[in-house]
Amino acid sequence: MCDTCGCNVTKGNAHLVDKKSVEVLQNLLHENDHAAEHNREHFGRHGVLAVNLMSSPGSGKTSLLEATIDALGDELSIAVIEGDLETENDANRIRARGVPAVQITTGQACHLDAHMVHDALHDMELDGIDILSIENVGNLVCPASFDLGHHANVTLLSVTEGDDKPAKYPVMFRAADVVLLSKSDLLDVLDDFDTEKARRHVRELANPAPVMNLSVRRPDSLDQWFSWLRERVAELSAGEAMKPRVQPEGASLHLGS
Amino acid sequence: MHELSVCQGLIRQVQRIAEENEATAVDRILLRVGGLSGVEPPLLMHAFEIARMGTLAENAELEIEEGPVVVKCQECGGSSVVPVNRLLCSYCGEWKVNVTEGEELLLLSLDLQTVAQDSKTDKPKEQ
Repeated sequence: MCDTCGCNVTKGNAHLVDKKSVEVLQNLLHENDHAAEHNREHFGRHGVLAVNLMSSPGSGKTSLLEATIDALGDELSIAVIEGDLETENDANRIRARGVPAVQITTGQACHLDAHMVHDALHDMELDGIDILSIENVGNLVCPASFDLGHHANVTLLSVTEGDDKPAKYPVMFRAADVVLLSKSDLLDVLDDFDTEKARRHVRELANPAPVMNLSVRRPDSLDQWFSWLRERVAELSAGEAMKPRVQPEGASLHLGS
Repeated sequence: MHELSVCQGLIRQVQRIAEENEATAVDRILLRVGGLSGVEPPLLMHAFEIARMGTLAENAELEIEEGPVVVKCQECGGSSVVPVNRLLCSYCGEWKVNVTEGEELLLLSLDLQTVAQDSKTDKPKEQ
């Protein structure tokens, strides 16, 4: 007989069992959110802007980080947490640029969560760091659901992927604080990516986030991205409370319909 | 795709609440999952079959309320039910709206089995 599943309840002892209904009203990602808040406090204490880079695999997240490090490395101190199922390849690329990088290999997990980031932070010195870039697992589906304790979501969409991707992945693109249309140098040879359509699809998700065309092969095009980063660093320094665009507290506003 | 990790978190939450209420088993778990929550109810149901094994919720029924996506327009103030990837006000077509329903991923309530009070003093309860 077992005490956990009720299989020990029989006609003879049913009178010994009470039924009780408990109202909970708690977010399912409560545990992750709790760990995320802990991370956010940690970043706040060290004055570190934490951004979560998300996109499909191969949209150019690591390349963008390399270009950002090359251009801003003397002005702002950057550290990186890399997330991949396997290999240290991306962390190695970042370290080759002289920047500290910790690699999280998730095995089969398709997204990073706050606990993984918390563990990675044990291997990282945050004193003196201005920006922590967390490069999430390449995946347009799951990462958007998990608060890592970061301040802003940066979502890349490369011009080889289809300008209707924001409509196909609404949760991800609704969560973006900035959308970067990467590899825009290829627009010269592509006739099927309309950047205005992509921008409109983002707006149709009620998202006012800036949508920027850029290419790591065209350094001038990166200036708007660097400005955006500098503005966020300034906001954080000014003591503004910063959270990524879509937050779970929205969920608790409308119970009892 | 991440429904299993969501379920594992759910089971941990359920176990904690069950323990707080001195429950011996969980009969029913009621969730509300909105269309913009990033979680698919059928996948969640499937993952639940796995996540609940060997726990207090082993025989629990998982019920999921799926609500519509509702936006309130910042321009005209109207509230309308909209598709998940086209959050435009149905009245004026404006994209500057607030999502008032549809993002929730909530554990609403639990039906628990606890040991009857009378049984603690070894007296059978009056039927």
